[in-house]
Amino acid sequence: MSIELCFNSDRAMAPSSAHQLDSDHAHVDDIPEALIRHDAAALPALSELEAVRHYTCLSQLNYSIDTHFYPLGSCSMKYNPRAARRLAHLEGFVGAHPLWQAEICQGTLACLYELQTQLAVLTGMKQTVLSPMAGAQGEWAGVAMIRAYHQARGDAARTVILVPDAAHGTNPASATRCGFEIREVATLPDGDLDLEALDAALGPDVAGLMLTNPSTLGVFERQIETITAKVHAAGGLNYYDGANLNAILGRVRPGDMGFDVLHLNLHKTFATPHGGGGPGAGPVIAVDRLVPYLPHPYVTKAEQGYDWTQPASESIGRLSTFMGNIGVLLQAYVYLRLLGRQGVRRVSSMAVLNAAYVQHALSSLGYVLAFPERRASHEFVITLDEIHRQTGVRALDVAKRLLDFGIHAPTMYFPLCVPECLLIEPTETESKATLDQFIAAMSAIWNEIQNDPESLKQAPYQCVVGRLDEVKAARTLDVADKD
Amino acid sequence: MPFIPHAQEDIQAMLHTMGLQATSDLFSEVPDHLNVEVPADIPEALNEIEVSALMRERAQSNFQELSFLGAGAYNHHVPHAVLDMLSRGEWLTAYTPYQAEASQGTLQLIYEYQTMMTRLMDMEVSNASLYDGATALVEAILMAVRIQKSETPRVLITAALHPWVFQTLVAQLSPLGIQLDTLPTDAETGCCDAAIQAGSAQHAFCAVVLAQPNVWGMIEPVDAWVDWAHAQNALVIGYVNPMLMAWLKPPGQWGQRGADIACGEGQPLGLPLAGGGPYFGFLVTRRAHIRQLPGRLVARAEDAKGRAGYVLTLQAREQHIRRAKATSNICTNQGVMLLAATMTAALLGTAGLRARAIRCHENCRTLVDLCCEYAEITPMFKGPYAYECALKVSGDIDALHQALLDRGIYFGLPLQNDFKTVQPGVLVCATECHRTQDFDRLSVSLKASLTGQVSR
Repeated sequence: MSIELCFNSDRAMAPSSAHQLDSDHAHVDDIPEALIRHDAAALPALSELEAVRHYTCLSQLNYSIDTHFYPLGSCSMKYNPRAARRLAHLEGFVGAHPLWQAEICQGTLACLYELQTQLAVLTGMKQTVLSPMAGAQGEWAGVAMIRAYHQARGDAARTVILVPDAAHGTNPASATRCGFEIREVATLPDGDLDLEALDAALGPDVAGLMLTNPSTLGVFERQIETITAKVHAAGGLNYYDGANLNAILGRVRPGDMGFDVLHLNLHKTFATPHGGGGPGAGPVIAVDRLVPYLPHPYVTKAEQGYDWTQPASESIGRLSTFMGNIGVLLQAYVYLRLLGRQGVRRVSSMAVLNAAYVQHALSSLGYVLAFPERRASHEFVITLDEIHRQTGVRALDVAKRLLDFGIHAPTMYFPLCVPECLLIEPTETESKATLDQFIAAMSAIWNEIQNDPESLKQAPYQCVVGRLDEVKAARTLDVADKD
Repeated sequence: MPFIPHAQEDIQAMLHTMGLQATSDLFSEVPDHLNVEVPADIPEALNEIEVSALMRERAQSNFQELSFLGAGAYNHHVPHAVLDMLSRGEWLTAYTPYQAEASQGTLQLIYEYQTMMTRLMDMEVSNASLYDGATALVEAILMAVRIQKSETPRVLITAALHPWVFQTLVAQLSPLGIQLDTLPTDAETGCCDAAIQAGSAQHAFCAVVLAQPNVWGMIEPVDAWVDWAHAQNALVIGYVNPMLMAWLKPPGQWGQRGADIACGEGQPLGLPLAGGGPYFGFLVTRRAHIRQLPGRLVARAEDAKGRAGYVLTLQAREQHIRRAKATSNICTNQGVMLLAATMTAALLGTAGLRARAIRCHENCRTLVDLCCEYAEITPMFKGPYAYECALKVSGDIDALHQALLDRGIYFGLPLQNDFKTVQPGVLVCATECHRTQDFDRLSVSLKASLTGQVSR
């Protein structure tokens, strides 16, 4: 069932008068006619009921954490607590203007200051800046700081950032965006970084290494301290991509592993909603020697209260117009206070337990693990490469078929270095009963792979639409209604 | 334990299945010395009653009275129906719509948003949004540089741009060697200095960035600037307030050919102030430049049975496919924020949005008129302004600001520090939310505050 586009409705409607003001164009005489708009922007005007029904019905076409199990690897689709959302939306927070002076926003600043402090403690670093609006912006800030650090030391020759072949696509994209060249480092068949390849890649032109640990392959990098030491010995800095912090939260600190700067994804580890693609928050956190280069502003505490920092001369500067996604940050703060000291460690224990349990079960069903000798972190990779060669069934087909079981698909075809793979992350907020339902669905699909592979290739059957023709869509490029 | 459902029996059963004794066995690949307890600096957990009390107390301590501050973030009414819709878990707790069959709600919403933005700007293509206004302008400039294929890119930027937006440009574009030159403003009009149009540009510029209205609320005579920039073979980027484009001439209609890219801060379309975010940035352009757009883009599609649906398209531009060669590192679209803006626009309609823009302007004129009844306060610039205005204030601005704040009124933005103007003053703004009694209250307080400070 498709829902009519509210923008191509040509009915004459009487919009709700509750939303209309009686201002009249005729009253304005001080704006030159040539600068006034004379055509209509052609927006819909719905009654309030029509609008509410339209967007409610649209929402129901989505799979979401609130309605479906969502084991999307690398995204930590955990439950988003309602208390965090409600409390971050109290009028005193929502009505605050970003340019009001700090003295009259002490309530917001107190929360932000404590969040900064607690994130630094949890990661073993010195200072947090909360303003990056997403992981990719946090990454950019981190590599920009690495650049500023080398330049301040007069070392302009370091123009290369090392990135493992398994890295998130944002890592090389963010470093390129900061003016760096990218050099890839290979991964060994056991999932750890190839130290010989790392040695070969290191040199006086290397500014730093970007690494996720546990890696995107769902395993803990066992030689992590050797890796970070090698980079330091070559004069580079280590950047930690915090996408997978959920696996080690309250247990292993990036600072102890030898990292100099990192970002976190609060919309992953700290349970703020993904919102269909945003908003997120990607705080950047640094060790002592990189503090001067942090972006500004962030919150400081003095006797007279909390205040925003003024730009330091060595700072990489401002990342967006104001101070970041405050509404998201307040939600992460509430979540952290609800978890407390014991809770944070419990998160990683149960996240890893859930992943290991599902990994074990899928392996028992016959699915091939990409790294069978390794312990799962909070996620793990299976590969359908062999199945694909035998039956023609692809990872994509299994992912689409899961939708018919009321389960969102795992991440497909990432990491890029594992063929026909699915990256599966249950998160700690799912119960054993839910995991068992997922395992049962994967068991049923395993039987279909063996007995009826052709029907799998047409899945899903139960969704509002079947597979959409993306090639044709990219050719016609109908990206806005022209009614 | 909050939000973790495991009973002890479940944990034991799961460990037993795997042949493990304890959860610590799960971390056997982590070197022992890296596995540490949580420091005591992390406080003990609060329960929901305790954390609610804490947050209410903190929210209460923030200023919640009358404000005439705009300067890039505006206090507009968000319909209650919209606020309620924003709380639906189907919107909030979905991921980026990679799995189209399971994400038709978000995808159609984005398509509706893209449609709305193209109509507001009178251009053909909109992406699915970016982080905020400043980052949208960063992306717009990078896009212009790609389109122009310049080896030594320079961009000419209006000096009447929000200074924190400009600071964002400097931070993010200078590492890439993009030279930012400023287009000076005229001291009398507060607009870009028209004398410059008499000649050619000093350098070859990839793009010229104009703001409408500009940071001081002044309406720029954009048509002549667009034609001048095009004559220099520069692209034109319009940084605009989207709400006002239901009323003022939109970038697609500027000059002979229209601007090439429109971008800006989406907040005025109906997002709460929220201390500065989350908002969204918009980026709209001409059909010819679609492949240079950064960020998500949604297109209409069909399945094998001919059923209509929506998909993410041209993904080969993006970081998850193209990695280091992507048009941008961004993977965000501000999904929930688009919902607020799109649903608000659907409730207001074309006429309603224009009426809101005009009401803001009328209220701003009321505000300026009542301020200028005092000899100490005069408009800083000559010419038309829209919904905010820079006022010149003689005497001690800090004292006036504090005196009004003591009376529960935040009187605009003192023009100091990053916002410093030649003449001392304040930037004030009014929206549709201001009522007659608010203006009366300001009037009374101004009278009390100015008396004795400077003679009338």
